[in-house]
Amino acid sequence: MTETPLAAISMNGSVRALAPGETITDLVSELTGRSIAADGTSTDGRRLGVAVARNAAVVPRSQWASTTLTPGDDIEIVTAVQGG
Amino acid sequence: MNITMQTGGDSLVIDGVALNSRLIMGTGGAPSLEGLGAALLASGTELTTVALRRHSAGAAGSLFELLVDHGIRVLTNTAGCFTAREAVMTAELAREALETDWVKLEVIADEQTLLPDAVELVDATEQLVARGFKVFAYTNDDPVLALRLEHLGAVAVMPLGAPIGTGLGILNPHNIELIVARAGVPVVLDAGIGTASDAALAMELGCDAVLLATAVTRAQDPARMAEAFKHAVIAGRLASQAGRIPKREHAFASSAMEGRPDL
Repeated sequence: MTETPLAAISMNGSVRALAPGETITDLVSELTGRSIAADGTSTDGRRLGVAVARNAAVVPRSQWASTTLTPGDDIEIVTAVQGG
Repeated sequence: MNITMQTGGDSLVIDGVALNSRLIMGTGGAPSLEGLGAALLASGTELTTVALRRHSAGAAGSLFELLVDHGIRVLTNTAGCFTAREAVMTAELAREALETDWVKLEVIADEQTLLPDAVELVDATEQLVARGFKVFAYTNDDPVLALRLEHLGAVAVMPLGAPIGTGLGILNPHNIELIVARAGVPVVLDAGIGTASDAALAMELGCDAVLLATAVTRAQDPARMAEAFKHAVIAGRLASQAGRIPKREHAFASSAMEGRPDL
């Protein structure tokens, strides 16, 4: 008997296990270490400076909480870094 | 130094926004965030470019916070994009992340030259303008292309002085003057600046602003070099407005011969 494969997504190029019901908000919170409100802003009142693409389409922060992840999703979470 | 001393009330206006400094800073190449912060403050800049990359755990977006804390406006670039498609996607992510529709559009042809790919650049400018972006177009020092980008709706054109990171200065001053003479939007000399005199020359040629990163971030004393650039840009701007003397073939005495005593 084969084991049921664990659900997983790709997050910033790495494989990440996916628990049922997880949303983009969960990923952003995990990566930034900040608490994210339902409207996609940081609860500490400071600007988050983060954007998310799911399967090569931008997901507006207002939709992070309502976007439940699907196994196989390709998620990119980006921010400002030093450059040109 | 207060704002009036810095600019003489001579603001740079881009997309209806007045900037008191005509020095736009890049942030690439700085070894530490503290050093970068000190250099940005010393430069007096009010607009600074950033790149958009994957968020790594623990990084906490600290560059963005540094800029927000210093009240410096953020201009995201599309560095590393080789196609219009990549550039448009990067700009969309940047708009969402940083809540600004200003974008420095870079679409480069290859990693050896880092020169803009004119065809992709034109395509990306068209698409981004249609999507409501305010496009600062990083372009070759080509007067025809610069004007084309303006006609497509770019809010500023940014011709290169020399390839990115070379510090070779302004290789084709004549083309920069031509671009300036024909432009109806601000012209920002971008890339290739090596030292303060290059920035002063850009302004003397009539450019509205100068954008540089490496010349400061990789200088031995970045904050001091940033201050040098602040003064160079102001000096070049003043000289450009003051109207320089014509160049002459022969000497022209500044002391009158009249009244000279018989000796």
